[in-house]
Amino acid sequence: MFNYTFQWRQALQKLPLLLDGALVTLQIALMSMAMGIVFAVILAVARNSRSTLVSAPATAWVEVSRNTPALFQIYMAHFGLGSFGIHLSPYIALLAGITFNNAGYLAETFRGALRAIPGTQLRAARSLGMPSLQAFRLVIMPQMFRIAFLPTTNQMVWAILMTSLGVTVGMNSDLAGVTQDINVRSFRTFEIFAIAAVIYYLIAKAVTLGARLMAARLFRY
Amino acid sequence: MIEIRNVYKSFGPLEVLKGVNLSVEKGEVVSVIGGSGSGKSTLLTCINGLEPINSGTILVDGVEVHAKTTDLNLLRRKIGIVFQQFNAFPHLTVLENVTLAPRKVLGMSKAAAEEIAVKQLTHVGLADKLSVYPGRLSGGQQQRMAIARALAMSPAYVLFDEVTSALDPQLVGEVLDTLKLLANEGMTMICVTHEMSFARDVSDRVAFFHKGVLAEIAPPDQFFSAPQHPETREFLSNIR
Repeated sequence: MFNYTFQWRQALQKLPLLLDGALVTLQIALMSMAMGIVFAVILAVARNSRSTLVSAPATAWVEVSRNTPALFQIYMAHFGLGSFGIHLSPYIALLAGITFNNAGYLAETFRGALRAIPGTQLRAARSLGMPSLQAFRLVIMPQMFRIAFLPTTNQMVWAILMTSLGVTVGMNSDLAGVTQDINVRSFRTFEIFAIAAVIYYLIAKAVTLGARLMAARLFRY
Repeated sequence: MIEIRNVYKSFGPLEVLKGVNLSVEKGEVVSVIGGSGSGKSTLLTCINGLEPINSGTILVDGVEVHAKTTDLNLLRRKIGIVFQQFNAFPHLTVLENVTLAPRKVLGMSKAAAEEIAVKQLTHVGLADKLSVYPGRLSGGQQQRMAIARALAMSPAYVLFDEVTSALDPQLVGEVLDTLKLLANEGMTMICVTHEMSFARDVSDRVAFFHKGVLAEIAPPDQFFSAPQHPETREFLSNIR
């Protein structure tokens, strides 16, 4: 009817290559989340600062990362910075772009979570003689992470899917890059992309499931 | 010794403390009573430096609380405070709530901190709740835990800020009993309270706070039977 013969066997032979790509995808997503969370905590706190010098750059970061396409952010990290003579490899540019994006979104999630914690918690901690940083780390942050946990999981899934944008800056070792490579050499477009899509789906599902198990272990109160 | 000298404090245009003077000796229990919004609670948070003051001085063992050179974190180790709203740390068990500051602030070993915590929690009747999270405790139990948490730092002074006001009536007694126990052991305490019988039975002196000043301060017998200030008389007649 469509004059297209499925060649699943031929496509499936490429599965090991795709799985190698999936590993790179997962690696980038995990690293971008780890760094994104660190930056997001700093941004969330900085945005609440009374000093404009501290809050303005944080606000700018959050505004740009949330209100421009992730594709542009990755593009900027590779080609944009390249114009100024800062040359990031596709891998690093992709990682930087997604980290930038993650940090912006998570900063807002964390800021909301911070607001949900009564101010009296900090007062109680300070009253026990804790310096502000220690009080934040030991009393506020654990509560913040619990409130922000599910939205953070969403961002992790989003980070995995965002890695596919790497192909636009020449990334060829992640799942999307490998898929694209195989596609242009074999023209089994439907099969290859379908298999890759299933792999993305399974990774995303595994992350959600893993997060749920982690939450059950971590948050017993 | 806590010495409060001519302290003024405003929140924006609202003047809460208007020249407060009060000295509390070691081992003394002072109850502070007065209407809502009279500045009682604010005074307590000024004593441990949580709130800045506009003028005047507060000295704790001779150290000026609001001096720029004062290490507040160090000073707060010897001033325990228990709040109206308990402020239990929800992500930590009862035992962890109490050991947190001794371990992280005083740098005690886990074992040493736990020994102290268990002793204090036993003292307030929570020995069987060590591994429970605060969310599973009643209000009275949470408040007793908060008392144990303050005491685990071996403070020289403990400030109680309306510690029974957020409790169901049937839970008030258990917390007041804990306070009485401490008072009898010679702990120096300032208790902002609405519990007149507690103020009468336990305190060495009772202070009446009115419109940002201490209108009257006297031993409980005299305070309740022969109040001098007309506002004190009015307040006492209203609550009787």
